Amino acid sequence: MKEELIISGRNIPFIDPVLNIWHWQIPLYLFVGGLAAALIFFSAYFYIRGRGDELKTSVQIAPILAPIVIVIGLIALILDLRHPAYFWQLYTTIRFDSPMSWGAWTLGLIMPLSVIWPLTYMKEIREYYKNSSNMTLSIIDFVDGIINIRIIKVIIDWFTAKRYLLAWVNIILAVILGVYTGILLSAFNARPLWNTSILGPLFLTSGLSTGAAVIMWMSRSVKERIIFSRIDLLLIAVEIFFIIHLFMGFLASGSVQIEAAELFLGGEFTAIFWTGVMLIGLIIPATLETMELFGYHIPISIPAILILVGGLLFRFIMVEAGQVTRYLY
Amino acid sequence: MRYAMAMDTKKCVGCSDCVVACQTENNVPEGYCRDWIVENTAGTYPHLDLELRSERCNHCDNTPCVRTCPTGASHVIEGGIVKVTPEECIGCGACIQACPYDARYFHPDGYVDKCTFCDHRVAKGQVTACVAVCPTKSLTFGDLDDPNSEVSRLLRDRKWKVLAPEAGTKPHVFFLT
Repeated sequence: MKEELIISGRNIPFIDPVLNIWHWQIPLYLFVGGLAAALIFFSAYFYIRGRGDELKTSVQIAPILAPIVIVIGLIALILDLRHPAYFWQLYTTIRFDSPMSWGAWTLGLIMPLSVIWPLTYMKEIREYYKNSSNMTLSIIDFVDGIINIRIIKVIIDWFTAKRYLLAWVNIILAVILGVYTGILLSAFNARPLWNTSILGPLFLTSGLSTGAAVIMWMSRSVKERIIFSRIDLLLIAVEIFFIIHLFMGFLASGSVQIEAAELFLGGEFTAIFWTGVMLIGLIIPATLETMELFGYHIPISIPAILILVGGLLFRFIMVEAGQVTRYLY
Repeated sequence: MRYAMAMDTKKCVGCSDCVVACQTENNVPEGYCRDWIVENTAGTYPHLDLELRSERCNHCDNTPCVRTCPTGASHVIEGGIVKVTPEECIGCGACIQACPYDARYFHPDGYVDKCTFCDHRVAKGQVTACVAVCPTKSLTFGDLDDPNSEVSRLLRDRKWKVLAPEAGTKPHVFFLT
């Protein structure tokens, strides 16, 4: 049998024996980035469609979470940088070739807008939480106190009047942010598992699915739950289609791509991917949601939690497995 | 001007002198290296072929590392040399992910570091540190645009290969076989 043995004298931390420079921070960011993109997308979309009063949670309430999860993502990103004191260098240039530059600018724009959107709905949020605990009420009072400062009030009033325009800007930025979480990985020619353009739509769909799950979990109206449960079912179907597409693409490609696919088809990530992501994260919640539509009573939190866990796990596996794949020479 | 390197796998004895010379010349931190020796054994026992290579950044024409850099810290200078500006590098790791040769690493100070083709020496008309010390003269550095340079002549006269050509990076370190 013809064999090849390669011995390298290089043994650099985080590079050898296999690349391991991105740890928990990047997959966590990809998850919360996709989630925030979805919350912002749904709020803007249903506002533009004029269904703001009917789908209260998605348009007025759930977007409160968006800036919170974006901040978590930003903290993770800063923790990932090895030269964090220089992070401002991102904002001294725009580099169209670099997805990370796109992402940095998108985050810089969407962060303040995601704060402004819920602030334009303070009255509705107060009404929605009127029977809540004292702590919630005092937080609402505190935020109200801030936005009643004159200069801030002028800004918020301006955006409240221009909410339609804000929704359009948000929807575009949300799609860029959602796709970006996948494109970030697919830009790396050297990592065969990532270097496929299907990753952008796949991560966008997965992100939208996690967002729909959160909204359906938070919603108090049966009608809204059913609508988002259906949206989520559709998204899961599209996601499974994209995953099949992903593997078909690999298996039809060169040897390094086939090796990348084999990590999931008998290799070290097989069990965790097919049980954790496919079964627990996609198929079981989809089954539960379908049963719900046929009249079985299922606590909505179960499919929602499973989808969130599956989405998070999917990103961890993709980041971890991608760094294992490489060109061997 | 297009700098390139020819590495004669038939002459290399794998002594690692190039590695140590680079570490000394460029103050490479302990435990790290900008060039390294690879020992590649292939064949069917007992008919085995041993190839020794001194590898480093390939200073490619198509540079995925420069393309993915969000700040412009990774850039190409005169002569096709790929460099990193530490003061512009945020340490995100994008260029490390993008390099098919894993030629880049995080310097313990946080920024990304790699082979510079000893541009500080080249600017003075000298060759790189690794080339200067190689005891078997297996490394040759020069200008590909000059048809009379030693490196151009070797690439004309000898059979050669580049690493991972399927990655499409158009590397400029050539291995004479």
